[in-house]
Amino acid sequence: METLNFRFNSKPAPPAADPALCGVVGSGNLEILIRPGDAPGVCQVRIKTSARGFGEIWQAVVGAFAADHLAGGTMVEINDMGATPAVVSLRLAQVLAEYRGGVQ
Amino acid sequence: MNASLSREWDSQRQSRKRRLEQAAALGFGKNIPTRKIIALLEAVILPGDRVCLEGNNQKQADYLAESLAECDPARINQLGMVQSVLALPSHVDLFERGLAKRLDFSFSGPQGTRLAKLVQEQRIEIGSIHTYLELFGRYFMDLTPNVALIAAQAADAEGNLYLGPNTEDTPAIVEATAFKGGIVIAQVNERVTKLPRVDVPADWVDFTVVAPKPNYIEPLFTRDPAQITEVQVLMAMMAIKGIYAEYGVTRLNHGIGFDTAAIELLLPTYAADLGLKGKICTHWALNPHPTLIPAIESGFVESVHCFGSEVGMDAYISARSDVFFTGADGSMRSNRAFCQTAGLYACDMFIGSTLQMDLAGNSSTATLGRITGFGGAPNMGSDPHGRRHASPAWLKAGREANGPNAIRGRKLVVQMVETFREHMAPVFVEELDAWQLQKSMGADLPPIMIYGDDVSHIVTEEGIANLLLCRTQEEREQAIRGVAGFTPVGMARDRRMVENLRDRGIIRRAEDIGIDPRMATRDLLAARSVKDLVGWSGGLYSPPSRFRNW
Repeated sequence: METLNFRFNSKPAPPAADPALCGVVGSGNLEILIRPGDAPGVCQVRIKTSARGFGEIWQAVVGAFAADHLAGGTMVEINDMGATPAVVSLRLAQVLAEYRGGVQ
Repeated sequence: MNASLSREWDSQRQSRKRRLEQAAALGFGKNIPTRKIIALLEAVILPGDRVCLEGNNQKQADYLAESLAECDPARINQLGMVQSVLALPSHVDLFERGLAKRLDFSFSGPQGTRLAKLVQEQRIEIGSIHTYLELFGRYFMDLTPNVALIAAQAADAEGNLYLGPNTEDTPAIVEATAFKGGIVIAQVNERVTKLPRVDVPADWVDFTVVAPKPNYIEPLFTRDPAQITEVQVLMAMMAIKGIYAEYGVTRLNHGIGFDTAAIELLLPTYAADLGLKGKICTHWALNPHPTLIPAIESGFVESVHCFGSEVGMDAYISARSDVFFTGADGSMRSNRAFCQTAGLYACDMFIGSTLQMDLAGNSSTATLGRITGFGGAPNMGSDPHGRRHASPAWLKAGREANGPNAIRGRKLVVQMVETFREHMAPVFVEELDAWQLQKSMGADLPPIMIYGDDVSHIVTEEGIANLLLCRTQEEREQAIRGVAGFTPVGMARDRRMVENLRDRGIIRRAEDIGIDPRMATRDLLAARSVKDLVGWSGGLYSPPSRFRNW
């Protein structure tokens, strides 16, 4: 297991009432919980992953997500079981859309 | 003073006559007893012969292959093998046992690693690696077989053959051999008094033998919907909305991976919701993929012509003769040469997958230590300059590539890949393994499956790159980097240039084509298991046991 923590600047997400959860903890998959964070212009990310040594690519994947989406003011928690970057990006997009209730 | 050339003009016929006499002298008639086949092969095959061993994606002349491999290398040697697929251990045994020396083929699949080893040990001489149509073409030019060893479903007493649904390569092989002084030997699963239909007339066939067990067939085209991932669903949505719908693709071929299986399973759901029924995917050059059943049952599909059949699909195909090509007896008639021709000249689109792609868009399934060959993908996955008839998809693609006054259209050749394969192996690379493989093989060319200049679109989880709209080599490279995700090649993109390509619609993300990522779930698949496929077929599809878990 490895735990990674990141903070990225991101344009503020419209405030949402409820946290959102997406995905499952299964081989090649991951679950993501998103909830309000402590700073409006920051997307804070905590990752617990079964695959060690991929810190750099996690930083790139989550960093690109924070740069391309309105994800500021959120706390994102990830439990990963070896998901590929493709799965991670899809789940992040899904959980954020869920969190914002479809406001794209 | 033109002296007429002094030579025999019927030496092939004479040789054939001597071989048949040799067999007759040993007491062989047309129907060979099962245990005597090795004696027959040793009687009619001569050292240095060119021998065609039939076998492809579906049926394999496995009994004849094993029997040939058991022949005495002191009697039969220096053979030049010509065959579509090098698939069985016995195919490689021929070279390891010193019976055969040279190989011209199309595809090696599971024997790719053993083949690469033999090449490195210089125990095999590879002539060329072909596409199917090229190899069939050469059977009628400079690679005509002296002896063809083929597989059929049944023979009657005279030696007429019934091929069953897996016609595949047999007509091309038999035609080339039987009409150029060659010997045709068929293994059959059974002898019957009356064939359901005659696929090969008896006077093209010299000998038949009943194999101890039915010829081997691999269910190569069955993809279990349970294994389709949500990323594949997302990519399928992008392909349908961003390519199929926009070009109005009606005539097409699909590769065999899970990516395209996902598309097949989204036709009755996602594509139908987009109002695309009757507008896309009506005519196919395709093996009978079980994952196409829901689209057929939903009325999407008008016609499917097949290279071969697929295990478990026979009853379903027979019951859907409006869609599939079937004989008067009711069973399917496939034909690889004709279906490949349809895929090359009569399809507007090919979509498939690959293991590696470089920055010019060249793609290859050859990786180090493994010689895989090409099969038929390059026939479908190439823009044929011999095409002259127009269609809306072909014209639109041609005008995107060459401007509004283009004098020809363009086939859509789409590569659909996730940016990483298993074990985080990147699909996008600076240099294909094919180049190193070329060196180790001493080949004239690197084994490139689809040339970059034939590729029109690349679909990844990150988006669609339309290479037709790229105007410079640099734009093309950045368009590829721009969908290469978090691979090293993708990370090395010029961000400003990629954003510019996105503004011009050359790169499009899911959101750019109006796709909500929350819809990308397995719930969108028309069938989520093999059992669902059986249900869609009304019980006519009978999957092999390995796909049954209920």
